Amino acid sequence: MDFVAAFVIIGGLGLIFGGLLAYTAQRFAVEEDARVETICDLLPGANCGACGFPGCINFAEKVVKGEAAVDCCVPGGKGVCDNICEVLGVESVASEIKKMAEVYCIGTKDVAYDKFVYHGVPDCKAAMMYGGGFKACKYGCLGLGTCVGICPFDAMHMGANGLPQVDVERCTGCGVCAKACPRGVIRIVNADRTGKVVLCNSKDRGKATRQACEVGCIGCKACVKACPNEAVVVEDNLAYIDSTKCDDCGKCVEACTRDIIKNAVKIALS
Amino acid sequence: MNLLAIIFVAILANNIVLNQFLGICPYLGVSKRIETSVGMGMAVIFVMTMSAIVTWIVYNFLLEPFGLVYLRTITFILVIAGLVQLVETILKKTNPTLFRALGIYLPLITTNCTILGVALLNVQAGHNIIQTIVYAISVAIGFTIALVIMAGIRERLELANVSSFLRGAAVSLVTAGILSLAFMGFKGMMTL
Repeated sequence: MDFVAAFVIIGGLGLIFGGLLAYTAQRFAVEEDARVETICDLLPGANCGACGFPGCINFAEKVVKGEAAVDCCVPGGKGVCDNICEVLGVESVASEIKKMAEVYCIGTKDVAYDKFVYHGVPDCKAAMMYGGGFKACKYGCLGLGTCVGICPFDAMHMGANGLPQVDVERCTGCGVCAKACPRGVIRIVNADRTGKVVLCNSKDRGKATRQACEVGCIGCKACVKACPNEAVVVEDNLAYIDSTKCDDCGKCVEACTRDIIKNAVKIALS
Repeated sequence: MNLLAIIFVAILANNIVLNQFLGICPYLGVSKRIETSVGMGMAVIFVMTMSAIVTWIVYNFLLEPFGLVYLRTITFILVIAGLVQLVETILKKTNPTLFRALGIYLPLITTNCTILGVALLNVQAGHNIIQTIVYAISVAIGFTIALVIMAGIRERLELANVSSFLRGAAVSLVTAGILSLAFMGFKGMMTL
């Protein structure tokens, strides 16, 4: 008789729990919007956080509820925004402009001087804790690769010269690296801009910059005078070139005494 | 038995992870960050208390009267698994905030050996219902304390200059061993 009791009790328990589960599954069913999953599948899936939400699924939930703008997904660009709008049945507002990251420093180890030798954790944020970084220039790239490690698209690589290189084909302009960089040396720029750029981030006065680096912008304004289109301005001892005015004539490159004006990196829009 | 003695022994002297070596898997798996270890700890406290109560009822009113004590392990597994699933479904509807806070840890601990272990230990020690509840909560708090201490140490280890042959799992296990030795000190103070 023992096995009958065992059978009845264990089987009964199983039945009770099974029944309860079936009942609660119906009684407490949570209705999930099917569009959330559809939109999540359309997204790049890198969970980069450029939209301001922790991950792609969170953005999908918010956008379905109307709490997020449809063009928030930077890596997805226009294509993804159009697809989302199609799912939600609204008119697309995407802009055509593709963005990318660019490192505004060419101060490699042989031209930018160090204040002291750093032997700590190989991470820019950790290095910043020791006297504001080991480089004499307090605006330049430390070259320890925090941006390389954090890039969700594998678009950043450490170059042989000790500075991070942006893989323009892979970069989506999500801005995760720019936020992570403790020196703010990475800027998000329009990927299709043309002309010349000043690859320096130093806002120090000319003398201080000269002492820290052989290739830093000293704000001498030679480029401002050379430019026929008034495309160059100097603010805080640092020259900026307006890509909408620059016609790529190259006069500023000849005038620059520090050799830091280079061709803008261009990528073909697909 | 004195309830205070149960609390002290369950949390410190006979810590479920560090002295009884149950639940080593989440102990090493979820102890990378303090935040996640606290989440896991809360989920364990919640599930362990509930499952201890239900298994105690099942054992004392179903298994023992019918002479089916030898089936307790499989029955407890069935009851705990069903219960956690039930709670998860109800929680998802009624309290989405708590559901999201417990997150993945709720289903993760369904088959955790600490939960089953506490159910069996309660039966073994012949606790009554009050002692069962107190014991379950205390064990879960002990688990949470061990987990949070471990997570705190491992967060620092991430930044420490560890020899390359010890890096990663090796130094975590050495740390767990030393921590366990430290908790052995409580054993001399009181045992059940």
